Amino acid sequence: MDIANELLAGSRLALSRAITAVENEYDTAVGIMQKLYPHTGRAHVIGITGPPGAGKSTLTDKLAKEYRRQGKTVGIVAVDPTSPFSGGAILGDRIRMNELTLDEGVFIRSMGTRGSLGGLSRKTAETVKILDASGKDVIFIETVGVGQSEVDIVKAADTTLVVLVPGLGDDIQAIKAGVLEIGDVFAINKADRDGVDRLNIELEMMLDLNQDMVDWRPPIKRTVASQNQGINELVATLEEHIKHLEETGKLALRRKQRTKNELLAMIEEQLGRYILRNINESGQFEQLVTSVQQRQRDPYSVVNEILKDRLK
Amino acid sequence: MEKRIRVLVAKPGLDGHDRGAKVVARALRDAGFEVIYTGLRQTPEQIAEAALQEDVNVVALSLLSGAHPHLFPRVVELVKGKGMTDVLFVGGGVIPDADIPALKDAGIAEVFTPGTPTSAIVEFINANVK
Amino acid sequence: MSNENLKAKVAEYNAKVEKAAAKFPERKNLPEQRIYTPVDVEGLDYDRDLGLPGSYPFTRGVQPTMYRGRFWTMRMYAGFSTAEESNKRYRYLIESGATGLSCAFDLPTQIGYDSDDAISTGEVGKVGVAIDSLADMEILFDQIDLGKVSTSMTINAPASVLLAMYIAVAEKQGVSADKLNGTIQNDILKEYAARGTYIFPPKPSMRLITNIFEYCSKNVPNWNTISISGYHIREAGSTASQEIAFTIADGIAYCDAAIKAGLKIDDFAGRLSFFWNAHNNVLEEVAKFRASRRVWAKVMKERFGATNPKSWMLRVHTQTAGSMLTAQQPENNVVRVALQTAAAVMGGTQSLHTNSKDEALALPTEDSVRVALRTQQIVAYESGLADIVDPLGGSYYVEALTDQIEKEAWEYIKKIDEIGGAVTAIEKGYIQKEIQDSAYKWQMEVEKGDRVIVGVNKFQIEEKPVEGLLRVDASVGELQKKKLADLRAKRDNGAVQDKLAALEKACQDESVNLMPLILDAVKAYATLGEICGVMRKVFGEYEAHVNL
Repeated sequence: MDIANELLAGSRLALSRAITAVENEYDTAVGIMQKLYPHTGRAHVIGITGPPGAGKSTLTDKLAKEYRRQGKTVGIVAVDPTSPFSGGAILGDRIRMNELTLDEGVFIRSMGTRGSLGGLSRKTAETVKILDASGKDVIFIETVGVGQSEVDIVKAADTTLVVLVPGLGDDIQAIKAGVLEIGDVFAINKADRDGVDRLNIELEMMLDLNQDMVDWRPPIKRTVASQNQGINELVATLEEHIKHLEETGKLALRRKQRTKNELLAMIEEQLGRYILRNINESGQFEQLVTSVQQRQRDPYSVVNEILKDRLK
Repeated sequence: MEKRIRVLVAKPGLDGHDRGAKVVARALRDAGFEVIYTGLRQTPEQIAEAALQEDVNVVALSLLSGAHPHLFPRVVELVKGKGMTDVLFVGGGVIPDADIPALKDAGIAEVFTPGTPTSAIVEFINANVK
Repeated sequence: MSNENLKAKVAEYNAKVEKAAAKFPERKNLPEQRIYTPVDVEGLDYDRDLGLPGSYPFTRGVQPTMYRGRFWTMRMYAGFSTAEESNKRYRYLIESGATGLSCAFDLPTQIGYDSDDAISTGEVGKVGVAIDSLADMEILFDQIDLGKVSTSMTINAPASVLLAMYIAVAEKQGVSADKLNGTIQNDILKEYAARGTYIFPPKPSMRLITNIFEYCSKNVPNWNTISISGYHIREAGSTASQEIAFTIADGIAYCDAAIKAGLKIDDFAGRLSFFWNAHNNVLEEVAKFRASRRVWAKVMKERFGATNPKSWMLRVHTQTAGSMLTAQQPENNVVRVALQTAAAVMGGTQSLHTNSKDEALALPTEDSVRVALRTQQIVAYESGLADIVDPLGGSYYVEALTDQIEKEAWEYIKKIDEIGGAVTAIEKGYIQKEIQDSAYKWQMEVEKGDRVIVGVNKFQIEEKPVEGLLRVDASVGELQKKKLADLRAKRDNGAVQDKLAALEKACQDESVNLMPLILDAVKAYATLGEICGVMRKVFGEYEAHVNL
């Protein structure tokens, strides 16, 4: 199968196989991505993150339906944690989006974190590109959690939507600052519960403290996804954001920065692999490790030596 | 190589008994597979499309309502029809021995009847997945 | 001997036992304590905790003479294929000595779909009888006098419709609704939590249920309007304490809903009934039954302030545990069912269904269902277990275990209260997760060999395929489709449309009791799928919460 060309011709199987190639790091992956790359850059990418129990999958399902109603095609990448013990995962987001399965304008792919967070961010970004190349107008990246890994994952997004719920027991303080800073839009889901006003106020206060947002103050929307409430307004807000980015030129800036980061990350990764492969082949590495461990040598001079030797 | 075996655990038809499917899903996760559980009331069309989008290596069907003679082969047919020719199909539930040959003819590689330990399912998948 | 003295003796005994245990190491997974003495029931107050059968707190039974005057109803769950086939089986069971009927419906019927709906393909008549309209219902009860028989219908989301059909059939037989005896399961919360045949979301479902409570309290006063079920929760993998705790929490939610809808507790509580599992551990099951009666009595009296003693009584139907039947060496299942029957009888059930030996593989044949019925009859007439009321009362172990299970049940009920009640607990997935975790734990115990299942992980043989299993032909689907086509051709379609329109309008008004309108639609021969279709349109469908 000529995956890239068939994908561009509209094959869903090719689309799926392309994602697999990237996820499993097949040798064919780079070739596929090279062919697809010129066709990327069109989609509006929306990252959705927030603590477990916030109802992100249900919300994503409803948002996707509303976008579909507006005639847009949707891609969804749903990321779930891989068990550090077994290496396996239950990828449980799809189950909340059952009705979308047979909609030909929607493509949903579930991914496990597979233990390597750096790798995950890249794979997610590549999966987004694949969906982009297939012509999807809107692509959601849905992750669970509010930690650094989630921050990394949603860096592939143009708009980051942070979903919170009232009364989950944690204050905003408990949610790492990094997540609040990356939020372009906030949604308080399950807004029919107690504590919604309090949460709203706390959020506003935190946003007040953050001085970076000169011309875009992240709006706080309320939804009850399970009842389909607040969805239209939220979509409108997401649209406003991308429009804002386009009009102010920020979109181009963000994407350029992202491209830069991606290039650097790829260089780092390839370089690292090259060096590692090299030192492992030579067999010296174990000896060097032992000598550093036993304080016969220091790590700094060892690294210098390794690099000097290989980067002539 | 970062490959994981991806399994779709599906409940076709109207049967609402999911104790087995959930226990199997968990056991497969503990064995290192990536498991996508569809939930209840899946039509064969939904199962096949999910299998395609998730590019799974295994489709595991659970059914206790006696509707397996119709539904299992239909799922196999639809998945293969989408061009996914390397998928391993397995089934479980309330399935009399006498029905198993027909299911195997239709493409179900193995049927795990009541009392089968989850370890047997894991072993089978590991040995037979492509 | 004083309790202090006794404690010392027990300590002596335990010390001696350590030596014996070295020679004969005790098996894994046993309860920690090996013998129970008066020390373990020190705090027991006979009057407060046990009482006499037929009196609060009903620990020892809800009727004063229990089985001495009248055995539990031997009520065999049956139904498959067409109404004609099932009618034959019902008449066979009555001839064989069954004292009540219990209807099993197929999945399309349970989920409100007609046999000719696309989604019904392959499912028609498989797990129960296919009922598409009043016409099928009339056939189902052909030659069965609804004025004389008591019928339980395992139907939940569309319970209102099947009840309406039953009432309509009875009317045609000349039996007025106030003479009818029976039960509808009508327990939607456990569908969400464990059984999976839900249709509508919680709010409209609760409305239908309270509509039924109200309608029956006025028109069908001898009818059990709900069978609040723990059977399925247990089958899904829960423990014994969880079984009764989650069920009673569901019961509390139903009472709350009914009261909110304007009903008075004593007006409907007397017609609430329950449904327990009879599992393998005989003594634990007996204790569970006793604990459940005590907990419910307290809930009714103290929490809801019910004053009619009938409201305090937990009346229960029981089924032997289907999940404990093995496909391996199926004859062994007869023994399992016998033990489970003994447990249910010593536990004080009002009604009992016993599974057949082939049910790990298929629905039962006439022969195997007869053995299952005979099991009940042998226990009733030959074993002596039905001759004394609450025979295990006073056993140090059983009393201590009753207390223990009661305690655990209260803890779960409290937790669910803190979450906001059973409906919220289900929406949040709490109950489902507890059940799933218990199920997984059980399975791992079996796979490790810590829990022995005879014939499955110990004492296995080379199995021969089982012969003579019941098979439901795929042609049933075609037959039903034809019947539906004929029905639609013969009936007054204008009247049907009118009744459906009236129903749709009523659905939109929460203050209207839907039963009379459903009855109208049923009598006009609107199909189950059409009636439920209207309700689906107005109420929407439930979106399940799954968190693995």
